[in-house]
Amino acid sequence: MNHRMLASGNEAIAMGAKACGVNIGVGYPGTPSSEILDVFSRLGGVAQWAPNEKTALEVGIGAAFANGRSLITMKHVGLNVAADPLFTIAYSGTPGGLVIVSADDPGMASSQNEQDNRRYAVAAGVPMLEPADSQECYDFTIRAFELSEQFRCPVLLRVTTRVCHSKCILEKRDLETTPRTGKFDRDPKSNVMIPAYARIAHRKLRAKLHELEELNEKGEFTRWIRKGDELGVIATGISFQHVRDAAPEASLLKPGLTYPLPLETIRRFAASVKRCVVVEEGDPIVTEAIRAAGIPVEGKAEMFRFGELNVNRVRRLLAGDLTPETPPPAGKPPQLCLGCPHRKSYEALRDLGCIVSGDIGCYTLGVLPPFEAVDTCVCMGASVTVGLGMRKVLPEAEARRVVSVIGDSTFLHTGINGIVEMVYNRPATGHVVIVLDNSTTAMTGLQEHPGTGRKLDHTPAPRVSIEEVVRGIGVDNVDVIDSTADPAGFRELVSRRLSSNDTSVIIVRRPCILALAKAKSYEGKNK
Amino acid sequence: MEKTTNITVAGLGGQGVLTVTDILAEVLFRAGYDVKKSEVHGMSQRGGSVSSEVRFGKEVASPMVPEGESDFLIVMEPTQVEVNRHKLRAGGVLITTDDVPMERLSNPKALNTMMLGALSKHFELSEESWLTVIKEFLPEKLHALNVEMFELGRQGAR
Repeated sequence: MNHRMLASGNEAIAMGAKACGVNIGVGYPGTPSSEILDVFSRLGGVAQWAPNEKTALEVGIGAAFANGRSLITMKHVGLNVAADPLFTIAYSGTPGGLVIVSADDPGMASSQNEQDNRRYAVAAGVPMLEPADSQECYDFTIRAFELSEQFRCPVLLRVTTRVCHSKCILEKRDLETTPRTGKFDRDPKSNVMIPAYARIAHRKLRAKLHELEELNEKGEFTRWIRKGDELGVIATGISFQHVRDAAPEASLLKPGLTYPLPLETIRRFAASVKRCVVVEEGDPIVTEAIRAAGIPVEGKAEMFRFGELNVNRVRRLLAGDLTPETPPPAGKPPQLCLGCPHRKSYEALRDLGCIVSGDIGCYTLGVLPPFEAVDTCVCMGASVTVGLGMRKVLPEAEARRVVSVIGDSTFLHTGINGIVEMVYNRPATGHVVIVLDNSTTAMTGLQEHPGTGRKLDHTPAPRVSIEEVVRGIGVDNVDVIDSTADPAGFRELVSRRLSSNDTSVIIVRRPCILALAKAKSYEGKNK
Repeated sequence: MEKTTNITVAGLGGQGVLTVTDILAEVLFRAGYDVKKSEVHGMSQRGGSVSSEVRFGKEVASPMVPEGESDFLIVMEPTQVEVNRHKLRAGGVLITTDDVPMERLSNPKALNTMMLGALSKHFELSEESWLTVIKEFLPEKLHALNVEMFELGRQGAR
């Protein structure tokens, strides 16, 4: 078997998880994390898509309470959804290994914000590993599970777009661990976070972090490259690679376990060079932590907080060059595919003059010409509830123009809560929610979801029916229509529902043209 | 070769930019080089501009080609040439659809292997080393077409 190969960071994480006997992988698709579970499944691992990231983490926590190893994957904004379980499981921990992959997107290649999830490690008190290439993705994944079990705490594996999607040489170990059989030992003082037990657990957590810091000082996770003593650079994650090119003469310190930081090692490194600069993408988190420890280091100028770093930007950062950066020539922006079923829906909403509360998915592209038919977009599931808020405040004539537009996967993610809100706190003018159901999670690469009738590996699964869900919640009118086959009928239906005071859900159902051929081949195999 | 060589491949979503860069990276990896490949997935799938980068040499650090330091720039779509030109270093090699026999392109989906053929002339690697990887990365029914287009690209425009 060939152990040396080119692999992306996402592939390396999946291979690491397979090598160390992960019982279950759970996640919700999101660029740049989406490929991890697909690869883990193809390697023979048990992997499943959850309806959302909170659900995914909780399933993973259960598996780890039962002494299994679970890998949870999501993009950075997904951890906002999963933050509730994260902060408490940090206190109690689990006997089985629990590793959460947070795939951040500095520069927003495909995201609505560029939040820096390293803040979550600090806020929740969760140790964090930051790989800088595929080899480290593989090695750190395996080590993350060991640390999680040794210290009985979840571990955050924080990666970024360039680490996830860049391919480089990976050398796999001769390691193939069979997932262990689960068992449950009753231990309410550790596992039930009532205040009396949580007070103890919080103190334990802080003691664990102190032990982890001591372990980190031993150097296992840190690379110290000794060059000249004029310039020393402390860099984490992908920034480390850029610095190697931008300043080959500099001594380099790269912590891999970046929370809690090895501050005494950093102190020695800083003292060994005449000038010490911290190079990190996003927020100046490492810089602030080092300075708070009383170690004098230079940080970066504010302009480098925004976007990805690269070799050129690191050169400028180190040279203190603050002249404005010239943006690269604009390429062709992404657009809704020709033949995309969302096109007819947006043409109608544009022509009807609707105020459109939008959501996260391909259909957010309806904001661009020729449609220009999306008016707000915040986060997964927000279309329904933001639309309801508008209806509560706008004068009647304006309120009647408000529609919420949400995709099928996004609806099942966090849209259902909004329908409950709509039925419970119904606006005087009612409301209209349009579910653009293209029967796939299109934006992130055509993953399955609970409404497609297929599991992550495309084998058959029970199908959750969106129309039955909304009927069950108590929506007045539920219609299913194809706006491409019947554009006039769709327009008429939307107008009619907008003019009533009813609560309405219109499901526009037509498969994504990119998914169509694949779906047919899966259905053929599943017969 | 001590210095890292930088290659950028650009085009539009759906043209096979990412596939052909995967093939290129694998060929160079098997030739014994350190190789890194970088690209951005996601919204670019929807017909927008796509570019992918390969760096190879004795030891490669950053997976991203520094701005203006591409030794080779392959652009598969005429409208994307000017958008990407700033990536090419002074004296670097630009390969466009003008450098391949477009009149003999029998299927637009194989333009990527034709362009790869044009690039392949610049490296001292056997034709076989390219064809082996092309066949491994593409389904069998596409082998004949892509081998032909690669060879046409390697011969160059008339």
